[in-house]
Amino acid sequence: MKYEAVIGLEVHIQLKTRSKMFTRVATGFGQPENTLTDPVVLALPGVLPVMNKEALDKIVKAGLLLGCTIAPVCKWDRKNYFYPDSPKNYQISQYDQPICLGGTVEIELPGPSRNVMGEHKLIPLTRIHLEEDVGKLNHFARESLVDYNRAGTPLMEIVSDPAMHSAEEAFAYLTSLRQTMVYGGISDCDMEKGQLRCDANISIRPVGATYLGTKVELKNLNSISFVRDGIAHEIARQIAVVEAGGTLVQETRDYDGQTGASQSLRSKEMAHDYRYFPDPDLMPVKVDEEWKARLLAECPERPFDKQRRFFTQYQVPYTITSVLVPDRALSDFFEAAAQLAPGKAQAVGNWIVNDLLRELGNARLPLAESKVTPAHLAALVQLIEAGTVLTNAAKEIFVEMFASGEKPDVIADRKGLKAAPTDTGELEQWCRDSIAGNAKAVAEFKAGKDSAINALKGPVMKAAKGKANPKLVDETLRRVLAAL
Amino acid sequence: MPSPTDLNIDHVAHLARIALTPEEKTQFAAQLGDVLAYIEQLKTVDIAGIEPTAHAFPIYNVWADDVARPGLPVEAALRNAPAQRDNMIVVPKVVE
Repeated sequence: MKYEAVIGLEVHIQLKTRSKMFTRVATGFGQPENTLTDPVVLALPGVLPVMNKEALDKIVKAGLLLGCTIAPVCKWDRKNYFYPDSPKNYQISQYDQPICLGGTVEIELPGPSRNVMGEHKLIPLTRIHLEEDVGKLNHFARESLVDYNRAGTPLMEIVSDPAMHSAEEAFAYLTSLRQTMVYGGISDCDMEKGQLRCDANISIRPVGATYLGTKVELKNLNSISFVRDGIAHEIARQIAVVEAGGTLVQETRDYDGQTGASQSLRSKEMAHDYRYFPDPDLMPVKVDEEWKARLLAECPERPFDKQRRFFTQYQVPYTITSVLVPDRALSDFFEAAAQLAPGKAQAVGNWIVNDLLRELGNARLPLAESKVTPAHLAALVQLIEAGTVLTNAAKEIFVEMFASGEKPDVIADRKGLKAAPTDTGELEQWCRDSIAGNAKAVAEFKAGKDSAINALKGPVMKAAKGKANPKLVDETLRRVLAAL
Repeated sequence: MPSPTDLNIDHVAHLARIALTPEEKTQFAAQLGDVLAYIEQLKTVDIAGIEPTAHAFPIYNVWADDVARPGLPVEAALRNAPAQRDNMIVVPKVVE
């Protein structure tokens, strides 16, 4: 029997705010233990939570970017449980009235090759709600140590429908979701810093069936490639169990990315009973049309929308847009340069994808520190277009420009890299000399063998020490030959 | 009217992490049963056409701007901890 997997992802993303969700002590990663707490974080008696306006703005923006319906009114609930990572013994969350409903994540599946765009799909979302992160537990042999720095950080949970069917789809989903959130400035989504965390619910069923099989929750998928590997491993494990005549049990499994194996976590003695109830300390949130409109105006163009626009507006191919678009700053750089060099967008894109990224990589610099600006690049592309510099010289100019930040024509002048001669009289003389010394080629050309002109170009290039503009040489030779 | 048998006192005690003697279980089951019966009276109220609400007052959007301010020094944060090490609170080993 053939089986298909059914996968839903629960993704937790920390919102990029200065202060915590319900109190104004700073958020942060990598700070000394327990230095980002205050009486609200520690749940000392008598404290009251106050919402962070920026966190609300950010989650509404996230919802707008993903095409969610923003609830006109939503409220806060307490999720009650005892665990030392939560000082209050409850987590403030949203139970039956999440702030964002529905929506989709557009994904791109791998194409037939790296240079070819893959199939696009829309993965439907169930909901997005806002809650607070918990503290961090460090486990030792006989005890655990608690650091509350992370406790209370604004955290959104994005729940997909069980609508993915392969590890590749889950990987593409996370990749797209992360790009969109980074584009929107909603989170940096650095998985190494725990800013994006993913749990996967996975089941299998015979191909064609519509019911949902027994689901297994896979936890600790702490890098995007672990998500892909962990899900692929779990699908194979489930199929093997069923094909061997076994029965799947609903459980939570822990995936170890290092060993590529998963193991069942101790099953709970009884089902969780969180006793959700509305938080009496927090008033509900109302999002009106004006607020939504203001946030919508701040939302950037989404990555795939931008890619489609680049195809039509600049006629740049997938091989370039697929490198530019995932990085908002890089695509902005491209667009700024492309607008300064009208009609030369593809050349601009090639310079960025090949030369700029190579130099940035060698220098280990972020784009923001590049001395080559869009104006520099557009100027260089135009020098090439005008025939003022040749491609090899331009490559040299680019490297120099990257190092010094000088304008390309300044470098070309200083290093003598302009196509020679700029004096057309001198070029014409070289052409006449070449024609005078190559009677055979001239005769062949005159007899209709067009390619014979190439034999005349060599001596001109030699006279110009390789710096002559081939286009200009060709034109001049033809003009002089025609006048013979 | 719910009878005290609807109330699983063992489950409730476990959720609250309270150890109860058999006598206490009987006593609290009866008392909590009375509370449930009292609350049950709300069911007689006609709520047709009334929206569910979590709060009695129509107040919304109580928030503060995202401006960070200093928190507690670590010594103050840990002052109530029964045990501490390396500026962290020591708890019995918990692995889910």
